[in-house]
Amino acid sequence: MDFIIQNILNALQWGSFYALIALGYTLVYGVLTLINFAHGDIFMVGAYIAFFVASWLLGPVIGLDPTWTFVLAIPITMFLTAGVGVTLERIAYRPLRRKGAHRLYVVITALMCGLILEYGNLACLGASRKKFPDLLEKVIWHFGDVAVTNLKVLVIFAAIAVFIFLNFIVTKTKIGMAMRGISYDKFAIPLMGIPIDAIIVFTFILGSSFAGLAGLLFAMSYPVLEPFMGALIGWKAFIAAVVGGIGDIRGAFYGGFLLGFIEVGVVSIFPSTYRDLFAFSILLIILWMKPTGLFGVAKNTKI
Amino acid sequence: MKGFLKGVSLLALMLISCAFLLAGCGEDKANTIKIGFNLPLTGDIPEVGEGSKKAAQMYLKDINDAGGLEVGGQKYALEFIYMDNESKAESATNVALKLIDQENVIAIIGPNSSKQAVPAGGTCNDNRVPMISPWSTNPNTTLDRPWVFRAAFLDPFQGPVVADFAAKKFNAKTAGVLFDVSNDYSKGLAEIFKASWEAKGLGPVVAFESHGTKDQDFSAQLTTIIDANPDFIFVPDNYNQVALIVQQARDLGYKGPFMGSDAWGTPDLIKLCGEQCYGNFFSTHYAAAGATGATKVFIDRYEEAYGATPADYAALTWDSIGIMLEAIKNTGKVEADPVAMRKAVREGLAAIKSFDGITGSSKFDAQGDPIKCAVVVKISDKGEFVFEESVCP
Repeated sequence: MDFIIQNILNALQWGSFYALIALGYTLVYGVLTLINFAHGDIFMVGAYIAFFVASWLLGPVIGLDPTWTFVLAIPITMFLTAGVGVTLERIAYRPLRRKGAHRLYVVITALMCGLILEYGNLACLGASRKKFPDLLEKVIWHFGDVAVTNLKVLVIFAAIAVFIFLNFIVTKTKIGMAMRGISYDKFAIPLMGIPIDAIIVFTFILGSSFAGLAGLLFAMSYPVLEPFMGALIGWKAFIAAVVGGIGDIRGAFYGGFLLGFIEVGVVSIFPSTYRDLFAFSILLIILWMKPTGLFGVAKNTKI
Repeated sequence: MKGFLKGVSLLALMLISCAFLLAGCGEDKANTIKIGFNLPLTGDIPEVGEGSKKAAQMYLKDINDAGGLEVGGQKYALEFIYMDNESKAESATNVALKLIDQENVIAIIGPNSSKQAVPAGGTCNDNRVPMISPWSTNPNTTLDRPWVFRAAFLDPFQGPVVADFAAKKFNAKTAGVLFDVSNDYSKGLAEIFKASWEAKGLGPVVAFESHGTKDQDFSAQLTTIIDANPDFIFVPDNYNQVALIVQQARDLGYKGPFMGSDAWGTPDLIKLCGEQCYGNFFSTHYAAAGATGATKVFIDRYEEAYGATPADYAALTWDSIGIMLEAIKNTGKVEADPVAMRKAVREGLAAIKSFDGITGSSKFDAQGDPIKCAVVVKISDKGEFVFEESVCP
């Protein structure tokens, strides 16, 4: 029994990261119907930004204690990562959109931007890994044979809080209504007096800042940073978002946790080589039965 | 007009690209000896490539400052060509081919890790180019490959060393293993360890779990291992994964010791893992702390030049170069034709029966594998690798 509870907690933590990254994919897709393949790498950049912010705050110039560093690192990291996301939108996606390029070209641009971020990082910072400093005083709680760290609990709560927050923004606020509006009709929305570019920038700010938060929490949980850390997890989070129904906030959230549970569940029973085989077979069956994903709505044009 | 300009500029671009291709085919100078290095300068284990390259640069400077290598009464300058295999198996074979076909090297040193050395060894053997792997411990690297040699001991020796040490030191009856299933080195050593532990008859290997190279979360495997309650966990993994594994195991409430293998022995292990790794043991090729004689001279010079203690792969690269140069001297004469020279160097290597290096003295068996001692070190409370025990075959 303890074994199962422990693995449920493991899956919740691992699924939280998929969910946080999948939320960013789904936000941008929901508004622009653009698959922002650079999102996994924005997450990686977020982790590196968190690393530099934390080192700077802990360093001799500022000299804060770790707890305050953590508190301050959250908004700074989210702000700076949002800047990266907005910059990408401004220099890569918006010009293509203005010229009326087909969505396919924008998706390829996104892929290239991701690679540029990866190899730019490799070129600037080198291949050797970075160690993320310890920010939280680690506390391990024991319940029988089950062990939980305070960080694990924090990560799970952060994912749930981000989901509730984004769900509120998209479904209950005016700006959320505008976001949903753009996804229905890009041409009618400006006629209603809604500044379409500002809404798109806001979407990128939301998606990228939470990728930054995910990067910070990931770097604290798995404190070894490398330039390609975002590639694989980004791809998998994208698949999770599709299975959940891309474009829907709930879909990304449940899809992320679903993938986390399948992966941890398979590894806890079978050898690890079966993990991706089983995980993606299950996801394939879900898509086969429900091609638009768990929460998706059928649209006549998708990439 | 516009179309014409476009055509011309495209043509120019293609010509420039071709020029890059041809740049590789520079003519060989008769009085230099070219040796290629197949190193992981980026990818999973960049620190290993970097350390090897630094040791090689130091050796190169020594030889060339002295006027070159003396072969048959004449001095030849050395040229080392370093290429990056990105810590990938397929890139390692490409690098080997590039070094052979484009650079026309007479011999290759590296790759370091068995994951790259096993496939690259096949390439070198098929193309009849002598190769020495400094750090590879998997038997398949040199098995039935007359052109491939190595400077490190083998896993069939390392596995029992680890098992014996853990049984004695931890008084252990049961063991848990976590290894990288997509890495030849890690998988091979884990299997050898399992066999030798079970052969001791103290108790079973209660958990034998695997993971992938790019994995970051090991909590599911570790939960299974900890649930089986082993007396210690053996982790034959690369240093970057070790840092994550040890931390996650402690987070899951594991309090027992860890035992590692030679892939642990890099300064980056301490940088990434920190205090979590202190007090654990691993088997390796040499211990930097408390070294004497030629080993100490090497360590002091390396520290002075690069400001860091050389890890085992740097020392083994140094020894590999030493073995290679002795083989070249054995040929007695430098042939201008690389193919003839490669053959001569291979014979020179096969003729070496024993070698006194900075990682200890070794004898070579019929397979081209050295028979040498292993060292078990402890990670001290200051993060140094302190000599604990030496085990000789």
